[in-house]
Amino acid sequence: MMELKANIPSGPIEKKWDKARFEMKLVPPAGRRRYSIIVVGTGLAGASAAASLGELGYTIKAFCFQDSPRRAHSIAAQGGINAAKNYSNDGDSIWRLFVDTIKGGDFRAREANVYRLAQISVGIIDQCVAQGVPFAREYGGLLANRSFGGTQVARTFYARGQTGQQLLLGAYQAMLRQVGLGRVTLFPRTEMLDLIVINGQARGIVTRSLATGKIEVHTADAVVLATGGYANAFYLSTNAKGCNVTAIWRAYKRGAALANPCFTQIHPTCIPASGEHQSKLTLMSESLRNDGRIWVPLKKGDTRSPDRIPESERDYYLERIYPAFGNLVPRDIASRAAKAVCDEGRGVGSRGLGVYLDFSDAIRRLGEGTIRDKYGNLFDMYDRITGENPYKIPMRIYPAPHYAMGGTWVDYNLMSTVPGLFVLGEANFSDHGANRLGASALMQGLADGYFVIPYSIANYFGQAKLDQVDEDHAECRRVATEAQDRVRRILAARGKRSPDSIHRELGKLMWDKAGMSRNESGLKEALAKIPLLREEFWKNVCVPGAGEDFNQTLEHAGRLADFLEFAELLCLDALERRESCGGHFREEYRTADGEALRNDEEFCHAAVWEHAGPDRKPIRHVEPLTFENVHLVKRSYK
Amino acid sequence: MNFTLRIWRQKGPASPGDLVTYPMKDVSPDMSLLEMLDGLNERLIAEGQEPIAFESDCREGICGVCGLTINGIPHGRRRSTTTCQLHMRMFEDGEEITIEPFRAGCFPVVKDLVVDRRAFDRIIASGGFISASTGSAPEANSLPVSKKMSDRAMDAAQCIGCGACVASCPNGSAMLFVGAKISHLGLLPQGQPERYDRARKMVAQMDREGFGACTNTGECEAVCPKDISLEFIARMFRDYLRSVFVERPESGAGGGP
Ligand SMILES: Cc1cc2nc3c(=O)[nH]c(=O)nc-3n(C[C@H](O)[C@H](O)[C@H](O)COP(=O)(O)OP(=O)(O)OC[C@H]3O[C@@H](n4cnc5c(N)ncnc54)[C@H](O)[C@@H]3O)c2cc1C
Ligand code: FES
Repeated sequence: MMELKANIPSGPIEKKWDKARFEMKLVPPAGRRRYSIIVVGTGLAGASAAASLGELGYTIKAFCFQDSPRRAHSIAAQGGINAAKNYSNDGDSIWRLFVDTIKGGDFRAREANVYRLAQISVGIIDQCVAQGVPFAREYGGLLANRSFGGTQVARTFYARGQTGQQLLLGAYQAMLRQVGLGRVTLFPRTEMLDLIVINGQARGIVTRSLATGKIEVHTADAVVLATGGYANAFYLSTNAKGCNVTAIWRAYKRGAALANPCFTQIHPTCIPASGEHQSKLTLMSESLRNDGRIWVPLKKGDTRSPDRIPESERDYYLERIYPAFGNLVPRDIASRAAKAVCDEGRGVGSRGLGVYLDFSDAIRRLGEGTIRDKYGNLFDMYDRITGENPYKIPMRIYPAPHYAMGGTWVDYNLMSTVPGLFVLGEANFSDHGANRLGASALMQGLADGYFVIPYSIANYFGQAKLDQVDEDHAECRRVATEAQDRVRRILAARGKRSPDSIHRELGKLMWDKAGMSRNESGLKEALAKIPLLREEFWKNVCVPGAGEDFNQTLEHAGRLADFLEFAELLCLDALERRESCGGHFREEYRTADGEALRNDEEFCHAAVWEHAGPDRKPIRHVEPLTFENVHLVKRSYK
Repeated sequence: MNFTLRIWRQKGPASPGDLVTYPMKDVSPDMSLLEMLDGLNERLIAEGQEPIAFESDCREGICGVCGLTINGIPHGRRRSTTTCQLHMRMFEDGEEITIEPFRAGCFPVVKDLVVDRRAFDRIIASGGFISASTGSAPEANSLPVSKKMSDRAMDAAQCIGCGACVASCPNGSAMLFVGAKISHLGLLPQGQPERYDRARKMVAQMDREGFGACTNTGECEAVCPKDISLEFIARMFRDYLRSVFVERPESGAGGGP
């Protein structure tokens, strides 16, 4: 029976982190070099962790599948990063950021973790500025803030539309400084295929070089996974093409429980798919909702061009249904509302899957110049992709899978249920509950990497008894052989279907049955179909070329094999969570006026799934959530 | 739309390569160039052939991984645009499109259209950072930075490290990439303490990697998808010269007299 110890420090919430840090074991500077740490992933979470741990003197190996660590998916984040600096003097505080995040997450996150995140947020900005991150500034030379994602204070720091890029380059450069100093060794184009657990402790990973196909074992005293989110289970998402679930899924099968896999975020403002060839979806920053008005025609099947539709025949449905927040309602609500009007047959664009985001009022009020200053980049990007000029014609947008709130279950110290395995960033489940607020993922990734893991890993080393383990250990060899065999099996199928075609089929199924809204029969249908698709994969996948070579089809097939298993757990979790909360909307559980209906009596917990062995149903555990500082209230944006 | 593609195929770093012709029919103008290649790869897989190796990840112009040489121009002829942002409506119906990897001595081909750009990481590791260990930072607003400076630093910091500058340069010079980083950090007050040392170390590493010199042809600026300005190369020279003639490198551990 798996034991879930969240290890939340006692005492008042404001003091918990201080108390934890004081009570944690330390590793003295001279002893650190002897400890080796594997960091998988070089996004914000992984790069910041590798840099900070290297600075402390540990011996680090950092892995990523891209050709350079600088290309991790974090690079694509546009909008910004939150911090409770209250530079805007508009009433922000650590407490308010904490409360906003708990409420935004629809009361499905741990209070203690979220409070710590809000506390740490302040230091992140200091750290990034010291590294040379060129955040936007006011004319007086001080840092600028904007409001983002429907919050009532301006607490978001940003670097044009490229905040993720600049934060990542800061962390990447800090990590590369440690590379130069010999404390971090980089392994780009190297994919983790499995986790090695010896005597119950995470002691290494099996990797495949994507350049040569060589399978290797790396051992260490602890393993840190910072491998990002799994939104590509839906095939089409805003995530980069390479984003995958492999690392945390393999870890799950080695004993690291997964929490709340059904908590996925659908982002309301993405460019709609233009056809069957669509390979990914592009996010349009939600800051656009500050000035754009969202509408669809009142009448079904109205194919007139938008300028021909008079005001009286337009439905500004968000303003109508949610007069208090209007176009700025949180992401999950905006997404569902868009789906609802499209399902009614009022969607726009050639496929009827889109709503207008219209800037004409804002342009009239503020002038085109102002709009260009604010959103020029985004308008250009839209124009480039669609061939339409959004200064003249309203944008068309549609929701798309964007972020994974669920992930590996971790305790307060970010350690999974496998001792010595730590999970950071989007890959863990910790801070966003059932729905993430805009500009909070960057904050969490950096909080985990810069400011939490350096303490908690020392605490682990200070207590753990670590035997000598090397690459020739029988368990290392066994896991490596298993990984090798999987590669062989994929290549041996020699079937008729490309990994891409199977991935698309999985994605469509997931989007239809486990996407924006879910119901029992749909989820059951998906649960019946996914195993068949998995069977189809193993029988009928076609991967040309060799295993001992640069082989992108093989890479994709390997990741897809894991998505095909993981997708089932996502659906199972969605089925078992018989309530609607945050991004998880179950059609059976809604109020009379159609809004999400949470069930705190039965589901005020994290669902934590334990792998029970092949062909056995996974075991659902719960970590009860208690709210002592923020009162459980119904989210309402009306 | 219909196209004739001529695509560089090369089995591995040591093998010879060749252009292979692939006709493409009924291409949607809304497809991106990479989506067209996806489609071609699907076709090749169905025929049991090895698909064409090419890289992409974000497909929105920010990760910098996707560079291809299209009709002789890195990232193609549309300005300020990465390969992944090219859509077929930007090409002429019936056009012959030649697709090759980024060509540069310091970017050896891995396979087909994929090159190895690790030299860029090594240049950054040699000095492309501000040494500010975690935890030691002062309060962010304690050091105001003029908006003008900060914006200028951001102009340089936007580099996505794709390497188009190197691939376009007749000398295979990496100076736009290196100049952008030296300028980004050197323009900010936080970057001053290491400014000249940084320039010296990064330039030395760039030379060690074998990148060529700058002869002011300006091709790099023309192909840069992020419009990084040649001015940053001038800044790099200034900082470099100063580092060599005025600041003088430290004489060994412990510092000079
Ligand atoms: C388009 C877009 C815009 C966004 N904008 C914002 C925003 O404005 N504000 C905000 O707060 N958040 C935003 N987000 C969310 C945020 O960007 C991500 O949640 C965050 O960057 C994730 O960081 P990470 O370090 O956890 O993972 P990632 O950056 O995804 O990094 C994952 C790393 O793991 C490596 N990896 C993965 N699997 C393996 C494996 N098996 N073996 C080896 N290496 C592996 C990858 O190579 C990579 O280095 C946005 C997301 C998207 C998609
Ligand atoms: S794929 Fe990322 S820039 Fe083109």
